[in-house]
Amino acid sequence: MARTVEVSSESRARVVAARPRALSDKPFHYCPGCTHGLAHRLVAEVIDELGILERTIGVASVGCSVFAFEYFRCDFQQAAHGRAPAVATGIKRVHPDAVVFTYQGDGDLAAIGTAEIVHAAARGERITVIFINNAIYGMTGGQMAPTTLVGQATTTTPAGRMAERAGHPIRMSEILATLDGTAYVARMSLHDPLHVGRAKRAIRKAFEVQLQGLGFSMVELLSSCPVNWGLPPREALRWIEERMIPHYPLGEFKDVRGAA
Amino acid sequence: MTSPSSNGRRVLMKGLEAMGEAAIRAGCRYFFGYPITPQSELPEYMARRLPEVGGVFLQAESEVAAINMVYGAAGAGGRVMTSSSSPGISLKQEGISYIAGAELPCVIVNMMRGGPGLGGIHPSQADYFQATRGGGHGDYRLIVLAPASVQELADSMVDAFELAERYRIPVMVVGDGLLGQMMEPVVLPPERPVEPPRRPWATTGARGRPPNVISSFYLDPAELEAHNLRLQQKHRAIEQAEQRAVVEDPDGQSRLFLVAYGTAARIARAAMRAARRAGIPVGLVRPITLWPYPRATFDALMDRAVAFVTVELSLGQMVEDVRLAVEGRRPVFFYGRTGGMLPEPDEIVRYLESVWHQLAAPTSAAGQTRG
Repeated sequence: MARTVEVSSESRARVVAARPRALSDKPFHYCPGCTHGLAHRLVAEVIDELGILERTIGVASVGCSVFAFEYFRCDFQQAAHGRAPAVATGIKRVHPDAVVFTYQGDGDLAAIGTAEIVHAAARGERITVIFINNAIYGMTGGQMAPTTLVGQATTTTPAGRMAERAGHPIRMSEILATLDGTAYVARMSLHDPLHVGRAKRAIRKAFEVQLQGLGFSMVELLSSCPVNWGLPPREALRWIEERMIPHYPLGEFKDVRGAA
Repeated sequence: MTSPSSNGRRVLMKGLEAMGEAAIRAGCRYFFGYPITPQSELPEYMARRLPEVGGVFLQAESEVAAINMVYGAAGAGGRVMTSSSSPGISLKQEGISYIAGAELPCVIVNMMRGGPGLGGIHPSQADYFQATRGGGHGDYRLIVLAPASVQELADSMVDAFELAERYRIPVMVVGDGLLGQMMEPVVLPPERPVEPPRRPWATTGARGRPPNVISSFYLDPAELEAHNLRLQQKHRAIEQAEQRAVVEDPDGQSRLFLVAYGTAARIARAAMRAARRAGIPVGLVRPITLWPYPRATFDALMDRAVAFVTVELSLGQMVEDVRLAVEGRRPVFFYGRTGGMLPEPDEIVRYLESVWHQLAAPTSAAGQTRG
């Protein structure tokens, strides 16, 4: 995230793009072409825009984003695998005026942590969840995730996920939208600039919903994992568009403020 | 609901409710739990009382979630506790390991019931190994307190919060359904200031300071070893400073010492009195801290003890710590019932008589270990 400065006229020089204040200067460890860095930046920009950095407490999960606490310049707690919504609940109950968010992958949120996410949403816990869905376990080396598409090859479904043996991919946003405690839930994609812009607006809404005390909010982000998908970065982005979006439709599934 | 009378007056209370009230008076304001017999009166009490004092009671979706809420709340600087019984404590072990790793203060109550598996609901001490050896993954310890009366249940809650915060370590209070359900007179502890001590490490929002991170993650093995060595240093300091035990030796003439904690100690005390009436010089060592184990108490008894008889509601767990404390200097015998069965004082007396006869020449029996 280089700092770009317009230099044509010294007197008119202004910063048009810079690292968000909410991000530290530590270089991301993510693989080339991975969209975690982009998702981090969007969250950081929203924190900056809302002016909430000093009252934000993040919860990092187990997965590729386990080091999230090194990249955000706010207080953080690292949670056990799948337990981030429970940890966030404990934090929020002690500091009801803090802005508490979790950053979780699909193995963390949609497999081992299914109970925690469902019940945090059902309680209407006033937390915001950033859910990275890349259809695979990244950190452990490309195993089947609960979100792996039918037919998708992974190291534990080498011949492609067969529904009759390995079940079906799970759509968490749609499930959580049915719960009364959910105030806002949306699924967005990071595969092109247009969708990145929409994703940022959704993340901003999710944090606003928390600030207004309306209930649980979550943004699911369809993300790329070129290394474990075995695709070059550009093709990985196309794979999101052509393969993932048909199974995981984009949109706002719930907005208690009436927009969805 | 109002708080039971304080000001040093004795009130009649059920054990679990005395624990709840004592915890609140010790400044506990956050409780996360999940129902399980035989401890549900404690969360029920907290559900009624905590909102009255501006605290938070939350019934979690599972023991796993409850302990992770404790982790979050403790990391955020709250004075927090949870309670459960054996199968639920097994579920909490992952979270307890993280709490120990991240060095957060909290209190965990285990009203032990018979196992393994779903087991039963009756009094048991079969979770001793789990409680005193860390319980979850990794090199760590909890401070473990073992009260034996309603008064001690209440007092142990105050001690537990104090120790947890002094050492930034999870403290477990172990009892069982018998202690939890019984009513006895108790003098409740005085109210403590609610404001928790300053916790500069807590996640409170990074205003005017660098961000705080609560984590047990050290990917670099050298860093992780250093972290473990720091934990070990803390454990050593606790072992030095916090061993607690009560020795009951009515006339200072005891030669044969029962060793028991919690409910087993109450029964052992009755057996001790009966055995003394029958002419056997029996005393009682009652560990209050199960970890750190009160080894110094055993050293101090070596000049008069000819043997030790451990009584447990298990098939022999604490007896291993007794042997480690005695270090082969005296014989160690064991008597236990398990699965929720309680020994009658009479059966312990009969066992004491048989041991006493085995030791017919008490001075020559030293050095032999049985049990």
